[in-house]
Amino acid sequence: MSDITLDRQLVSEADTLVVPAPGYWKSVGQRLLRDRVTVAVTVVLFGILFITLGAPLVTHYNPYAGSVLARLKPIGTPGHWLGTDETGRDLWTRLCYGGRLSLLAAILPVTISLLVGGFLGILAGYAGGFLGTLIMRTMDVFYAFPSILLAIAICGLLGNGLLNSIIALAVVFIPPMVRVSETVTTQARNLDFVEAARASGSSTLQIIRHHVLANVLGPIMVYATSLISVSIILSAGLSFLGLGVTPPQAEWGLMLNSLRQAIYVQPYVAALPGLMIFATSMCFNLMSDGVRGAMDVRLNK
Amino acid sequence: MLLFAIRRMLQAIPILLGVSLVVFGLVHIVPGNPIDMLMPPEASPEVIAQMKAAFGFDKPLYMQYLLWLLRAVQGDFGLSVFNATPVWGQLVTALENTFVLAILGAALGFSLGILCGMVSALYHGRWPDKVFSAIATVGVSLPHYWCAIVLVLFCAVLHDWLPAQGMGDDSLPLYHRLQYLVLPVITLSLIPMGVIGRLVRATVLDILGQDFVGALSAKGLTRWPVIRHIAKNAAPPVLALMGLQFGYLLGGSILVETVFNWPGSGNLLNLAIFRRDIPVLQATILVLATFFVLLNLLVDIAQAAIDPRIRR
Repeated sequence: MSDITLDRQLVSEADTLVVPAPGYWKSVGQRLLRDRVTVAVTVVLFGILFITLGAPLVTHYNPYAGSVLARLKPIGTPGHWLGTDETGRDLWTRLCYGGRLSLLAAILPVTISLLVGGFLGILAGYAGGFLGTLIMRTMDVFYAFPSILLAIAICGLLGNGLLNSIIALAVVFIPPMVRVSETVTTQARNLDFVEAARASGSSTLQIIRHHVLANVLGPIMVYATSLISVSIILSAGLSFLGLGVTPPQAEWGLMLNSLRQAIYVQPYVAALPGLMIFATSMCFNLMSDGVRGAMDVRLNK
Repeated sequence: MLLFAIRRMLQAIPILLGVSLVVFGLVHIVPGNPIDMLMPPEASPEVIAQMKAAFGFDKPLYMQYLLWLLRAVQGDFGLSVFNATPVWGQLVTALENTFVLAILGAALGFSLGILCGMVSALYHGRWPDKVFSAIATVGVSLPHYWCAIVLVLFCAVLHDWLPAQGMGDDSLPLYHRLQYLVLPVITLSLIPMGVIGRLVRATVLDILGQDFVGALSAKGLTRWPVIRHIAKNAAPPVLALMGLQFGYLLGGSILVETVFNWPGSGNLLNLAIFRRDIPVLQATILVLATFFVLLNLLVDIAQAAIDPRIRR
């Protein structure tokens, strides 16, 4: 066999070995689909989303209509498979409808803090200098408060209500969001290809849009998902204290608090709303772990 | 080292000033004078003016702030507008009760967390790792107020093992009063356990991958001395998180204190909110936030003492 044919054989072998490299996000998606825990958790989350948004499809009771005769029925009562609450309202119905406000009160603050905190953080990280220091030092002051304390203080002073609890939590989540986005932006700003773009005459806006945002949004989004898990616990906690959603509205934290008074009458029923808070928070936590793992190229070697 | 400590302490001063400004400002994000909200509608303007003058709410805002800060530094937070008793006295009693819970909860949570994290890392990928990692993940996403209710359900409602709430009478023997501590302390320990456990696992795994660990074993060190080296290297980040977690236990115990009806600072804050008792509210938040800042300061200095690389 001559050298030339051998070379040719090698070349053709190399050709068949070359598989078009999948894009980054495509490979992240593939890794996510292989991760059984993340897939299971996502299915559960969609299930929760379905029973809350599609509540009229899974129950025919009115979440506000109680019956004096059917107060505090145990789990497994015919017609009320999860029992009833202290005014005789069907608990399964209340849990389904209650998820709407619980999820809204948890996701909206994270979204607001993602927009405001992300903007401030990227600004501080990219601009640096006096503006960056000013933003970061202001955030340091808010960091000096334990998050629950700050949320309770703001919500307690603004007065109870869904809107105030959303505002309070958004204020609590903005500082950590600013810090995370500032850190990743500072790292991205000093990457070689950003330097190259700057040297080749790209405008600041172009650099931010094409190079910085592309590198920064992923980690910020992952952080936001992990915040949702905290947000669910905190927003339900505010309602639990009587600072968030007001009765007779259905919300998991509020339901937990009112059923707590009946713990000696119907112990298991009283624990159910908390189970929903726990399950939802846990699912968001595991999902954010999964996404973080799938996005970290180093971990997947 | 001393220089680092002094510089770090000086840096805390502007933060504390900012904190005091936020605490003071928070109260004034709602329009209206704290006294107006408390007085009955039929009260005469003279009485209202008298009350405002008595509690110092008649001065311009910046004067109110300066006076408040000046007195606060001396431990004088004025009188509660709800029952006209000194705020400081109420706060000290409440803080003592919260400290008892927080210290015991932290001690339990931190030791369990370190144990779980260490075992998970040393048995990486095997069943102890899986079990402890699962426990830690649950601990992180547990709504602790719900956990408190579940504990009450099992230990006080279904079985008559432990008291459901309160902190017991002073006249009771110590053994009985300790029973009141069990459930709140367990509840408070769960989140620190999960958080510390996860960090210890990650940090120790990271250290185990470094060359010097292999070198230590290669030169013939047995298991325990190697673990001691690992522990020393893992200490700074874990210590930092412990400081934060202890601060959360102090400032965030309000939900657990509500469930157990524990007369601590969280309970005091809750009452102050519903009574719109502004002096108590300001004092509680300011003192808790100050503790949080000082705690972080202490942790920073301790970290630098352990790891000279941090002293820059």
